[in-house]
Amino acid sequence: MVPLSWYIVLGVILFVIGAAGVLIRRNVLVVLMSLELLLNSVNINFIAFAHFHDDFRGRIFAIFIIAITAAEVAIALGILVALVRNKATLKVDEITIMRG
Amino acid sequence: MEQGFFLIFAVGAVAAALGVVLARNPIHSAVALMACFINISAIFVMLQAPLLAVIQIFVYVGAILVLFLFVTMMLDIRDASLRRFLPGSNFAALGLVALLGIEMLVLVMMGQRFPKTVAGTTTGGEIRELGTTLFADYLLPFEVASVILLVALIGAIVLAQKEPR
Repeated sequence: MVPLSWYIVLGVILFVIGAAGVLIRRNVLVVLMSLELLLNSVNINFIAFAHFHDDFRGRIFAIFIIAITAAEVAIALGILVALVRNKATLKVDEITIMRG
Repeated sequence: MEQGFFLIFAVGAVAAALGVVLARNPIHSAVALMACFINISAIFVMLQAPLLAVIQIFVYVGAILVLFLFVTMMLDIRDASLRRFLPGSNFAALGLVALLGIEMLVLVMMGQRFPKTVAGTTTGGEIRELGTTLFADYLLPFEVASVILLVALIGAIVLAQKEPR
């Protein structure tokens, strides 16, 4: 029997790795992939708690997270395609069109 | 036995996640991400959520990663990728992330309220109960999610169109 804390620790490790990827990688595509990693680590937590507390709401939330992630990726990649059409770069530190 | 399987899949997922962040080529990152998702879906099976494992593989591996690979290959930007990471010192960001991780780990380790065993017995009828809960108690969020997906679909099409000049 695997205790709940193991699953949470796995979620924490994946979350930290994904957050590091979002913060320090230079390629926009890899930043988006790290974002997926973050969402997935949260999903692990939701489903682990749902299993251990015998409650379906965690699984429902995981389904919603997956749906929202699909929408997010579609929009993000659309923005990326439009961006690259205007300025041919994928480096995060060179995308300064909006003076951010 | 179960713990051994968990450790195998967890180590696989963490190694693949490290591969995502550390790989030089975005394509390699995408493939590592696929390995990570498959390991995580195996963990979902261990949590007795086989439906979510299947959804995970369908949506993430089947749709999202294929989209990533398409866009990566379509954009075809040959940056020399000499620098994988942002220029300048990233110690502040890494320190912050490490602090966050240590904090969360300490909270989990110190926490006494996490159950060691499963509360009830969820055997069989998982999909039926899930569907009933989803369509009875969570009907409004479900509809909102479908509207969001529709908006995202239209938005992606509009964004990817050629601008009329």
